[in-house]
Amino acid sequence: MSTLTYAQAAATALADAMQADERVVVLGEDVGRGGIFGQYAGLQQRFGANRVIDTPISEATIMGAGVGMALAGCRPVVEMRVVDFALCAMDEIVNQAAKNRFMFGGQGRVPLVARMPIGMWSASAAQHSQSFEAWFAHLPGVVVVCPSTPQDNHDLLRAALDCGDPVVYMEHKELWPMSAEVRPGLQARLGEARRWREGHDLTIVSWSRQMHWAADAAETLAHQGVSAELIDLRTLWPWDRDAVCASAARTGRLLVVHEAVQAAGFGAEVAATVAEATGCRIRRLGAPRIPVGYAPTLEEAARVRPAAIVAAALELLK
Amino acid sequence: MLRIRAFEDAAEHLSQGGVSAFGAATGQAARVRGPLHLSTGQEAVAAGVCHHLQRGDLLTSTHRGHGHTLAKGADTTRMMCELFGRATGSNGGKGGSMHIADFSVGMLGANGVVAAGLPIAVGAAHALKLRGAPKVVACFFGDGAINRGPFLEALNWAAAYALPVLFVCEDNRWSATTATAATTAGEGAAARAAALGVPAESVDGNDVEAVCDAAGRLLQQVRNGQGPRLLHALTYRVKGHVSVDPAQYRDAEAHAAAVQDDPIERAAARWRALGGSGRTLQVLAEQARTEIDAARQVAEAAPWPEAQAAFEDVMDTGAGRWF
Repeated sequence: MSTLTYAQAAATALADAMQADERVVVLGEDVGRGGIFGQYAGLQQRFGANRVIDTPISEATIMGAGVGMALAGCRPVVEMRVVDFALCAMDEIVNQAAKNRFMFGGQGRVPLVARMPIGMWSASAAQHSQSFEAWFAHLPGVVVVCPSTPQDNHDLLRAALDCGDPVVYMEHKELWPMSAEVRPGLQARLGEARRWREGHDLTIVSWSRQMHWAADAAETLAHQGVSAELIDLRTLWPWDRDAVCASAARTGRLLVVHEAVQAAGFGAEVAATVAEATGCRIRRLGAPRIPVGYAPTLEEAARVRPAAIVAAALELLK
Repeated sequence: MLRIRAFEDAAEHLSQGGVSAFGAATGQAARVRGPLHLSTGQEAVAAGVCHHLQRGDLLTSTHRGHGHTLAKGADTTRMMCELFGRATGSNGGKGGSMHIADFSVGMLGANGVVAAGLPIAVGAAHALKLRGAPKVVACFFGDGAINRGPFLEALNWAAAYALPVLFVCEDNRWSATTATAATTAGEGAAARAAALGVPAESVDGNDVEAVCDAAGRLLQQVRNGQGPRLLHALTYRVKGHVSVDPAQYRDAEAHAAAVQDDPIERAAARWRALGGSGRTLQVLAEQARTEIDAARQVAEAAPWPEAQAAFEDVMDTGAGRWF
């Protein structure tokens, strides 16, 4: 057991994978210097510039070359820096990586992990603050992962590298410095949610950084005599419908919360699925459908703070 | 070249009524459905380049990819079955003409997106280099592709890492229904490659000897580890953008003149000038037509894929439970 940041936990998992399998390579901008968030720290020194490849600012070709590398026997980790830049590589993700295996009748595989951090990163404004996990959950052919803790970032990055499918791996930009104990061994599995807290009055489902604010809200609710069960989805596709539906059926109420824009967000999918399966009372909570502004007052308008989660929970309990 | 021509002629015939576009309606009779992009008249480019490729070399193609696939050595019957959408097709009926592929001969796929093959090709070449594999990648794309960003990105990438890739700009002069010259600045593919430090040659793409000679020179340099090269082969799209496109937007006189310059006729004339027999050419053409017709007959009788196949080869994680 050691104490690692969210960024260090990922670097540790990646180093272990690179040590175990020489087919694992990294390609992206600035990865040789450790990446702009330190999530590749020390890897180029250890594994060399041939396996930790500093690339030009060519997102389409970083992703497309990742597809070609995968087809020719590598297991690439493709760094997009932030999800907002991955938009320059949408054809390569959507039409190429996600389609290759099916479209060519199973002749090839694309075991590729595309890291594209989501979320607000204070004062980074409209083009560096977005959460697009729902876009990729909508896309057949890819796994979508949104880890919320150093332990999960360690375990799920390794699981993503091992799974053999194209994975859209979405870390959160404001979680990089978060520090916690990380147990060796791999506890978390793709497609398995984790219950953070048991409760019986309502179920709160979330993921990524928003999960921590949901936990803060649950603490506040506990002081008010409300017992909230907390579920961290961790993987958005495949997502743990069994765990969520079982909890919601038991508590009778579901609140699904995310940082992404509420309209057509993944919370809507969770809400609809649980409604069909259980008929329980449901609310969802996400950001208003506005771009993220630069000034603190504007940025705050796009954040879903714990107080808003508490208010939504109390509304649901009325 | 004769096999490609026979394949394209058969596919064209079998596709009439297969897609509603360019004023044509769909009909029940079509065996080859959906958009079909023919390389009729462009055979010399595929044949001349692929002559120098070995089975272990890799190739990426365009939406107009039958010729590249045949020239790389793919099985004709499995290809025709794929155009028919049958379970016995090279892609199990999941791709059709526009996604024809045969990984078993290193043909990594036609692609429905213009210029999408370029980044994939450089990635494959990058992997070959990292693994120390003595192989190369041939990357085919059209004249329209040089106006997309991935063209610049991929050439720059291949040059920066000195990758073993031959870029082949198969210039048929048309970007769908728009003349490429009218929408392209500068001197085209070779000049753009030179600007990025990628040595390039331009050839008459309807002269199979010229294509073959140039491709041989360039591929030797690529195999020697000298980095990427580009071949610009100027040819002509004899048919419309898709097989049901009558292409009446083209000047009739210029078109009539262009189709006179047939790469197969030119090769035949050269063959005869060298003392080859006309009879041999007739036999070869007949053999090609017979081979393609046999493939057609197999495809006609082949089964459709089971509906369950729509759920297979999507992904492994969560497969069977999560759709």
